[in-house]
Amino acid sequence: MSTETPSKTDPSLGDYQYGFHDSTDNYVFKSRKGLDEEIVRQISGIKNEPQWMLDFRLNALEIFFSRPSPQWGADVDQIDFQDIYYYMKASDKQEKSWDDVPEDIRKTYDRLGIPEAEKQYLAGVKAQYDSEVVYGSLQEDLEKQGVLFTDTDSALREYPEIFREYFGTIIPSADNKFAALNSAVWSGGSFIYVPPGVHIDFPLQAYFRINSENMGQFERTLIIVDEGASAHYVEGCTAPSWTEESLHSAVVEIVVKRGGRFRYTTIQNWANNVYNLVTKRAMAYGDSLMEWVDGNLGSKITMKYPAIYLMEPGARGETLSIAFANNGQHQDAGAKMVHCAPNTSSRVVSKSISKGGGRAGYRGLAKVVKGAHNCKSSVVCDALILDPESRSDTYPYIEVEEDDVTMEHEASVSKIAEEQLFYLMSRGLTEAEASAMIVTGFIEPLVKELPMEYAVEMNKLIELQMEGSVG
Amino acid sequence: MATLTITNLQVSVEDKPILKGVNLEIKEGEIHALMGPNGSGKSTLAYALAGHPKYEITGGTIEIDGTNVTELDANERARLGMFLAFQYPVTIPGVRVADFLRHAVTNRRDPERKEGENLMPMREFRKELKERMAELGMDTEFARRYLNDGFSGGEKKRMEILQMAMLQPKFAILDETDSGLDSDAVKVVSEGVNRLSGPEMGVLIITHHERLLEFNKPQFTHVMLAGKIVETGDAGLAAELHANGYATIRERHPEAAAEQSSEQEESLASV
Repeated sequence: MSTETPSKTDPSLGDYQYGFHDSTDNYVFKSRKGLDEEIVRQISGIKNEPQWMLDFRLNALEIFFSRPSPQWGADVDQIDFQDIYYYMKASDKQEKSWDDVPEDIRKTYDRLGIPEAEKQYLAGVKAQYDSEVVYGSLQEDLEKQGVLFTDTDSALREYPEIFREYFGTIIPSADNKFAALNSAVWSGGSFIYVPPGVHIDFPLQAYFRINSENMGQFERTLIIVDEGASAHYVEGCTAPSWTEESLHSAVVEIVVKRGGRFRYTTIQNWANNVYNLVTKRAMAYGDSLMEWVDGNLGSKITMKYPAIYLMEPGARGETLSIAFANNGQHQDAGAKMVHCAPNTSSRVVSKSISKGGGRAGYRGLAKVVKGAHNCKSSVVCDALILDPESRSDTYPYIEVEEDDVTMEHEASVSKIAEEQLFYLMSRGLTEAEASAMIVTGFIEPLVKELPMEYAVEMNKLIELQMEGSVG
Repeated sequence: MATLTITNLQVSVEDKPILKGVNLEIKEGEIHALMGPNGSGKSTLAYALAGHPKYEITGGTIEIDGTNVTELDANERARLGMFLAFQYPVTIPGVRVADFLRHAVTNRRDPERKEGENLMPMREFRKELKERMAELGMDTEFARRYLNDGFSGGEKKRMEILQMAMLQPKFAILDETDSGLDSDAVKVVSEGVNRLSGPEMGVLIITHHERLLEFNKPQFTHVMLAGKIVETGDAGLAAELHANGYATIRERHPEAAAEQSSEQEESLASV
């Protein structure tokens, strides 16, 4: 633990130190802590939203207040909802000095080889990350093909019809308490529309946009892949994102229409004071393919179960999920597959690693509704526990209302074998290097699904997590 | 000239004494054969030299070039030039041969390297790996496979020799590298050992068979019984043992023979 910035260290932040000071004096919008109708009206007002969106938010707020916190999964009772800022204007966010960024965080960026401009953005030194120069031409190409790709606030203003047709239809506010919270206070996120038959053959990435709100606390993402179209979206970054706010509650809604293909890749590495409570759901129509690739590192608590509703015959769903829980962290991650139509198939592969007293779990639902004949579902979850203090749990829920269904569920729990460690060490690898190698090998089947640069970063990140912690 | 010096080495496994005072000196460029009946302590010596934490050194010392390595971890010994070709190589799923080897070779060549520091340049490494694989008659596709995952017995042994060729140790212990191999594979392995064992490397070959020793003629043959080296000779001793088995050795060393057989009964009884 670095001792260079003791005065900036908030004890609640645990091992990481990024208690950046942020003077709020210069804000045009005087944000205050807490959540009530006035705050929600202010958020909507400052964004000049139409009446229907204000009504949507207020309705969601009511639902949020009326619902108790979930008593299953991870413990979220410690969250003080009145001690949180729910909105700050991006342009008003104070730029911090690079000197305020703790040494170990800078070191992590260096080790990951993050470009200078992006580094400063990630560390909150720069409120805006100017990627327009680099990505401007790609953006133009997309526009020519009729692809809409913007932040969600702009989409509400610029494409009101298509926005309203889908917004809140995949995940209604009443779905769960945190979806209701997001619906009441959402800001930022990505909006993508891919027209029929358009194939985007490179991954769309959140940092295409210069808008800083894509990493916000309550981002709201809406993606529509029209008939026969295909795309891959990559969200987040393996570099740790530093934030002072301790609650991240996003909603991601996706529609993949007939014959479409879509993959949504997330790699998130939150600071370990963050509650990461995310609702993600896709609806996949006839003969389409929807894939979630979901990597979760960091955070204090993560509860995230990307869902795919297979709405019409021939729809396929696939979720690959990696969770790494270190000291003081609880990753309650998983997947939901709901077969609503006959001849649909789904596959879930989950890998979790727990270390240093961390707790990683798989919680999944495989559901086949009445009338959905001839469905196939396969779930494989493997857990790797690195020391006796750590913990792994598996909660598979299966609800099947038809007989002609193929269901497979496999689960395994393993420890790093002493013989594997010795074999690698006898070739000159330190214990930490050997452990890191075994762990990266364990998640390799999923990491190879990631775009190259993310795979490299992911492996480096695992190395960092393993360093100086064994032996 | 580099020397591996083993002095009065005593080793216990789970508090049971196995090695009871082994003395052995191996110089670069020498080939030593280590023979002896099952349970005499040959593999225990191999693991203890490599630094397996389960093999507890209760007395004596291991020195490489006068540096006492008795208390060092396996990886520190490897960086100083110790290598063990495993009798049963371990499978590491998801870890590609090339990635693993690049890491290991970098550490061996730069023993001061800290975790996370740069690895040797990819181009240089690939070129070298390709050459070594070609010499061992290995398809370059093996570099992309997961370490020992789904390998046949012969492929695993070849992979051990490839690692040795890349790591260029000062001292290599081959623990029954020839077992389970057909004669063609034994030839490939022993050619590999010959290519490396020149003046730069000392070798300790643990074997029950004659074949490897035919190709890699030892200057010294040691016979182990009940955790001690009871006799040392030249290549002629190895040939004699192959012809006559261990009966004459037992006759010449009745005390050790009695100890060895009672231990074996004991361990059989405990199974």
